[in-house]
Amino acid sequence: MKKTKILVGVAVITVAGFFAIAADHIDAPAVTGGTNDITDFYAFQGQDNNNIVFVANVQGLLSPTATQNAKFDENTMIEINIDTDGDAVEDLVIQAIPKDGKMYFFGPVAPAQAGLMSTVRTSGMSSSVGITAAGANAVVATNAGKSFFAGPRDDPFFFDFDQFNAILAGTATGFNDPGTDKFKGTNVLSVVVEVPKTMIGGSGNINSWVETKRKQ
Amino acid sequence: MKFNNIKIAAIAVLISLTAYNCSNDDDSKEPSGPDFSGNYIQEDQMARPAINTVFVSMGQKDAFNVTVPSNQGAAYQSSFESRLLALNPGYTTNALGMDAATFTGALATDVLTVSLDGTTTFFDGTNVLTGRALADDVIDVELLLIFGGPMGTDNGPVTSDHVDANDKPFLSSFPYLAAPHM
Repeated sequence: MKKTKILVGVAVITVAGFFAIAADHIDAPAVTGGTNDITDFYAFQGQDNNNIVFVANVQGLLSPTATQNAKFDENTMIEINIDTDGDAVEDLVIQAIPKDGKMYFFGPVAPAQAGLMSTVRTSGMSSSVGITAAGANAVVATNAGKSFFAGPRDDPFFFDFDQFNAILAGTATGFNDPGTDKFKGTNVLSVVVEVPKTMIGGSGNINSWVETKRKQ
Repeated sequence: MKFNNIKIAAIAVLISLTAYNCSNDDDSKEPSGPDFSGNYIQEDQMARPAINTVFVSMGQKDAFNVTVPSNQGAAYQSSFESRLLALNPGYTTNALGMDAATFTGALATDVLTVSLDGTTTFFDGTNVLTGRALADDVIDVELLLIFGGPMGTDNGPVTSDHVDANDKPFLSSFPYLAAPHM
């Protein structure tokens, strides 16, 4: 009896592990489904080749209805980290914090300290932008060559998530052609920042990643 | 009625003046701006897609999210290697010529390298890991590197999910992402 229970428990945990697979959507127990759950991170050259665009998405798999009520969390900072010297420690950060319907942006600026704890770099205040309402045209703010957006967008991620799970679970041996995009028709809350390359190292390579941090 | 209109106009002017102050005045001297004090503690992080979800075991997923990238390699490379060999017991090297230890060593430090000198892509046939563009088929790249073997030709049924593009076209200009589904 006990052994069966334990085996079932192991199986459940294993299956849960298989099912929690996407870009970073619902990646870990403490953040899954929360306002701080990062779904994806992108970094690419802008329409203007002198700029880099960073995209940080949170709160994945929002249906159109859920999108109407989805809000950035005022106690969560979204922080884009930039390492300019190749040691995987951030030299610059771009911080985004929502307050009263606006997203406030700070940086790129050196953090007060590297690591798991941040304070807002108010001296590096960059801009603020009204958070675009669901269904409204994108509101964009610009300042000193930088552009800022915050609000719901289509989830740019695409993946036949269900078939992948079936393969791992042993109920399928391969993908279908064509596959089925699990993320079709779903939205995320996006923060998009475009900055001149000269503000983040100028040339060569940088390393970057995104974090969500909660106010204590 | 008219008086109300005047009141509304006055309020609008006041708001616009305040708003002007907020966005363009000296940033450090806002007398009544939002409160940005306090400490913020990390809860989630990511760089490359699907690293935590695929390579970190269930019991360590939260811990991975609060391990700074400079410590991730030492803490997670060996468990990533075990996971890789569990996913693909026949793994030898991949299309990048990386053996299991080298590949998982590169993956365990979860940062996204971005070139400031040109093409930014996860993989476009020529450039490897110089960024991540919206249209990049990152899942196919990762499947190919995990399952495809040295020539990218092994395990054909699982090296592409055959979903090659997003359901909505991206924009050529800022904010680049497509409008939400409504």
